[in-house]
Amino acid sequence: MTKITIVAFDGTRFDIEAENGSTVMENAIRNSVPGIEAECGGACACATCHVYVDPAWAEKVGAPEAMEEDMLDFAFDVRPTSRLSCQIRVRDEFDGLVVQVPERQA
Amino acid sequence: MTNPIETDVVIVGAGPVGLFAVFELGLYDLKCHLIDILDRPGGQCAELYPEKPIYDIPAWPEITGQALVDRLMEQIAPFKPEFHFNRMVAGFRRLDDGRFEVTTDEGELLVAKAVVIAAGGGSFQAKRPPVPGIENYEGQSVFYSVRRMEEFRDQDLLIVGGGDSALDWTLNLRSVAKSVTLVHRRPDFRAAPDSVNKMFALNETGDIRFQVGQVTGLSGADGQLTAATIKSPDGEIEIPCTRMLPFFGLTMKLGPIADWGLELNENLIKVDTEKFETNIPGVFAIGDINWYPGKLKLILSGFHEAALMTQAVKRLVSPGEKVVFQYTTSSTSLQKKLGVS
Repeated sequence: MTKITIVAFDGTRFDIEAENGSTVMENAIRNSVPGIEAECGGACACATCHVYVDPAWAEKVGAPEAMEEDMLDFAFDVRPTSRLSCQIRVRDEFDGLVVQVPERQA
Repeated sequence: MTNPIETDVVIVGAGPVGLFAVFELGLYDLKCHLIDILDRPGGQCAELYPEKPIYDIPAWPEITGQALVDRLMEQIAPFKPEFHFNRMVAGFRRLDDGRFEVTTDEGELLVAKAVVIAAGGGSFQAKRPPVPGIENYEGQSVFYSVRRMEEFRDQDLLIVGGGDSALDWTLNLRSVAKSVTLVHRRPDFRAAPDSVNKMFALNETGDIRFQVGQVTGLSGADGQLTAATIKSPDGEIEIPCTRMLPFFGLTMKLGPIADWGLELNENLIKVDTEKFETNIPGVFAIGDINWYPGKLKLILSGFHEAALMTQAVKRLVSPGEKVVFQYTTSSTSLQKKLGVS
């Protein structure tokens, strides 16, 4: 288990014990984090699970792959640390990871 | 209006479940016409995850969305279904003789004895970009597709997006519009490299303008756009424009089906679990679009629903006739229909 924190747009913090191998999106849905829609169910096909990775974690989490970068074109207010949370898989090194939910999904 | 096309069943949606319904109905000699908003069969399987493996199709430990669609097309080929692609169902009414009249947004008229809604998550429609107040300009200054190029003549056009639609229209409307500005959030594009190169060349010569950034606001009055606010790497800028074409991909909406008088449960169509019939007798709903207690949105559930719906449709279409249940393994009459006997 790895501790991750998803911060909703209104500032509510969701501290979650996430299973390694699961995606940040899956954990958000399971914990009913508002603002993560995940319309396509995690197929990297919709850009409705957009999050901002906390700048302190951006390097460790890494940049999106080409397909995800393409899909981010459809997201709202994309920033340098934008990622689709369905494409971030939890692992040991992410213990303490913080991501932020944007104002709205596309 | 053209002459009506008469058929046994109109299926709304050509996704996996709509396609398999052709098979089940075909075994009972019921001829189908399918209507779909996309330009090809497969629905979400083809549009959202053609390359993604699916692991819960019985007897297929792993199959991609597109491969599943290809197999279904092969399986239903003997029944010669007729497809109406790039069409959305527009009108729907019951005729005096009990049949249904279904019209498409392109004016086709279909008359059927039963209607099967297999529309999945709804019809794919252009996604509205999350720009505040954009709805006030839609239909007057903001368009999501190009129906006639003339509508853009002598306009200052702003095109937003990085896919093929955005790039193609940037190149094509340049000759008609007064000016064309392309806005995309990054200098990399999803569109074909050839069109991207052409666009950059035109940007060099000043024939068009390419701006990296994201649209955050629109200005204008009474639906008439005058400028867009762009958040660019160099800060906020204003781009004067009178027309905007945003290309932000597709989303799914129930669409005009919502006005048919069907009983809904949170945007899904309520059906019974014996016939998968809606509250309108003769109108059925199968696959992801329907709801009943215990419903699971699985392709395999949709296949099951197609088989049971068929029994009900056959009884409806051939009243008084005994519906004989047969197996494809042993029935020579079914095998003849499949072209294998």
